[in-house]
Amino acid sequence: MRYLPHTKEDIEDMLKVTGQSSLEDLFNCIPDNLKTKKSMDIPQSLSEWELNVHMEELASSNIACKEYKCFIGAGSYDHYIPAIIPYLISRSEFMTAYTPYQPEVSQGTLQGIYEFQTMVTELLGMDVATASHYDCGTALAEAALIALRKNRKANKIAVSSLVHPSHRQIIHTYINPAGYEIIEIPYTKDGLTDVGALEDMDDIAGIAVQSPNFFGNIEDLKAFKDMADTKKILLIASFTEALAFGLLKNPGSFGADLVAGEGQSLGISKSFGGPGLGLLAGTKQQMRNLPGRFIGKTSDTNGDEGFVLTLATREQHIRREKASSNICSNNGLNAMTAAIYLATVGKIGIREIAQQNHDKAVYLKISLENSSFESAFDVPFFNEFVLKAPAGFEQKRASLVNDKCTFAGMNLEPFYPELKQHYLFCATETLSKEDIDQLAKEVQ
Amino acid sequence: MNQQSGTSGLIFNEPLLWDKSCKGRCAMSLPRQDVDRAELDESLTGDAPELPQLSELDVARHYTRLSQWNFGVDSGMYPLGSCTMKYNPKTNEVQAARQGFAGAHPLVGDEFSQGALKLVFNLEQYLAAITGFDAVTLQPAAGAHGELAGMLIIYAYHAKSGKQRSKIIIPDTAHGTNPASASLCGYESINIQSGENGILEPEAVAAVMDEDTAGIMVTNPNTLGLFESNIKEIADIVHSKGGLVYGDGANMNAIMGVVKPGELGIDVLHLNLHKTFSTPHGGGGPGAGPVAVVKSLEPFLPIPRVVKNLDSYKFVTDYPDTIGRLHTFYGHFGVLIKAYSYILSMGAKGLSDASKLAVLNANYVKESLKGTLNLPYDLPCMHECVFNDEFQKKDHITTMDMAKRLLDYGFHPPTIYFPLVVEGAFMVEPTETESKEDIDQFINAVKAIAKEARENPEKLKKAPLLTKVTRLDEVAAARKPCLRG
Repeated sequence: MRYLPHTKEDIEDMLKVTGQSSLEDLFNCIPDNLKTKKSMDIPQSLSEWELNVHMEELASSNIACKEYKCFIGAGSYDHYIPAIIPYLISRSEFMTAYTPYQPEVSQGTLQGIYEFQTMVTELLGMDVATASHYDCGTALAEAALIALRKNRKANKIAVSSLVHPSHRQIIHTYINPAGYEIIEIPYTKDGLTDVGALEDMDDIAGIAVQSPNFFGNIEDLKAFKDMADTKKILLIASFTEALAFGLLKNPGSFGADLVAGEGQSLGISKSFGGPGLGLLAGTKQQMRNLPGRFIGKTSDTNGDEGFVLTLATREQHIRREKASSNICSNNGLNAMTAAIYLATVGKIGIREIAQQNHDKAVYLKISLENSSFESAFDVPFFNEFVLKAPAGFEQKRASLVNDKCTFAGMNLEPFYPELKQHYLFCATETLSKEDIDQLAKEVQ
Repeated sequence: MNQQSGTSGLIFNEPLLWDKSCKGRCAMSLPRQDVDRAELDESLTGDAPELPQLSELDVARHYTRLSQWNFGVDSGMYPLGSCTMKYNPKTNEVQAARQGFAGAHPLVGDEFSQGALKLVFNLEQYLAAITGFDAVTLQPAAGAHGELAGMLIIYAYHAKSGKQRSKIIIPDTAHGTNPASASLCGYESINIQSGENGILEPEAVAAVMDEDTAGIMVTNPNTLGLFESNIKEIADIVHSKGGLVYGDGANMNAIMGVVKPGELGIDVLHLNLHKTFSTPHGGGGPGAGPVAVVKSLEPFLPIPRVVKNLDSYKFVTDYPDTIGRLHTFYGHFGVLIKAYSYILSMGAKGLSDASKLAVLNANYVKESLKGTLNLPYDLPCMHECVFNDEFQKKDHITTMDMAKRLLDYGFHPPTIYFPLVVEGAFMVEPTETESKEDIDQFINAVKAIAKEARENPEKLKKAPLLTKVTRLDEVAAARKPCLRG
């Protein structure tokens, strides 16, 4: 096996030093009755070339092996990834390093993540950002826990019914054993979270709202901040489309206390939903409550600038059961990928790409409305929106996948049973006018 | 191969991104605008975020230089105990980058995702076969996330049985994440100490196990690199009081093909694909932390699960006793591909050989260095061995000093000051992919450093001398945190 360097002679020489007569004897410290009698039932080893054949066979039984037109988002977005990003992130000094416990030989990871934290705070308008989390859903669950733990009286968290359905499920999984509950905030006929419904909600420790919400609509975060202030509780803002803040006002400008988001749009491939990138940011006041790692600037014994992991006293390996979270490794390499993406697009690029996403989405919406779709909500959106489809669309949609490799929207009914025949559409910069015109023609 | 690998060289300075920024530059090829501008109301839009403005070459140089300040497995031996820094095969990266995988949207439907679902299904089967369990979920995104899943399963099991419990037993040789994971379920950690020989004694467990205790969290092999040979008796004690046994499989690399944790009385186990199954650590993730369970715990696994029906695969969410969802989609699929490729490349014999050679390498280091460094538990070890700085104390040299000096010799230091049961711990895990020559160089470096400790301790106090930066002021960093530029 090419990953195992030992020759027969090496093994003999080494066994002489260790004092065993065979490799099997190295396991004499394990009682015989604990050793397995059964071999591992897995396929026999493949050569690199056989592996290539097998893996391509699997990959090609996913539709994604073909050039497909993606009119769906819902938490995973199709964006252009410049060649420089996979190229640079593949450098094995980044990829094969561990968590930067030895800062003297980890300055690359450390400076890179410090820059990542900085750009995330800039993007979101927040004071501090962690070195990353697993995904938006898990970051949001941690944010909910922060709000709940800080509040000694309330044991509920108000979560918008327009927070991504998976994220609401994850929050439930995380908070339920500790005796906390979710109260869902209903949505209005405009496809926005009903801020008024919060007035009568008691015993809540925080409000979690996604904007742009699951329907793609832009929420009035200011109204939620006012409500949170009235109730003296925290506002948690979440998002699944990080590029929105190339164009929209960021959550920090509305006074969000905590922000949890998904960074997959920042140069990370969809990869069937993971690994993505959990973003978690807060105000200065929340700094010591945020779970996960932080990189901080400091200096070395010569007075030269350098970077280290810091504020570790919040973390599990020091505080053990009193830690703010059990998170240990995060999604560091994807954080670095996002940093390279943000450096690549820069201030000019992120604005232009975000604007193009909005332009294409508006064009798609108008085009489909001209093809007998009905607008479901008449409020501003970023790059996703909901339409009511004409009768027979579901069959048409299936044939579009098979015949044209086109994914025309996602059926919302499984998530919102009241929204029969409603579909969530998405358009990004990867769709051309021609692609959109083609779809509009097909569904007519 | 006698030449020392660490040496000083030309190290480039590289400013922070925004210090290189020049207004008007953009490194992205912007797509052509082919539809009309759609202006959003001004009340909704903000200023463009102040991101750096760079050319493509600026970006390329910036990250190339940053990478040169990093040490990875490809740079040299990385014997970080408990982390299993084995070689990360390059073919795995090629497999994960295939368009059919990397380009797959998670919501296009099962019918159009058969390749991905089949890979998930197969990998679950292989991990079940390797560990001796009945069912596996691949959803947890990291080891600690797998631990949380495991604890939630134990919590859900007791809830279902009608009486929740309040405590969980955690030995002193457990991983640091264990108590934090347990506390998320509201369990109070009951810490117990391992016996004199570093192994857990059944009596210590029996003394605290009662009907209000949910179970025990055991790391086997433990963080001293020792096999918990009383595991079966311990499991019997815990089971007899209605508790469950959680196994931390972070150290599975020692025992593949030799021991199946599912046959030892362990009920639920998490694995770290970024340790045992060769997926890269990425400077701190993304990893993956699959969880394996015995049959009776299968109903509690997180949803969605992947089910095979004849020759087709689908996601199923209809499990009334499930702990719920743990990840937005189905975990770190991109990482799962790499572990799957690794298992197929190795086969059963390759995996079993890997464990044997990992244990050989660790014992070889232990025997070769035990006169040089103090070895608190002089027993045959598994995949790692734990020394400390007892011999160097007379020269006022600490584990930290030796670790920093190793950097000058071109090695990543071992894990230090962990496990907590050994004061000044120096924990070496060579892994099976290091050759005898590379290990000999490491051994020689440690011996040379021990000699320097006696003859020139001041040099060690100042180490590292050849790295880009010297020792950093971590106290100042924490006291006045500067977390953004």
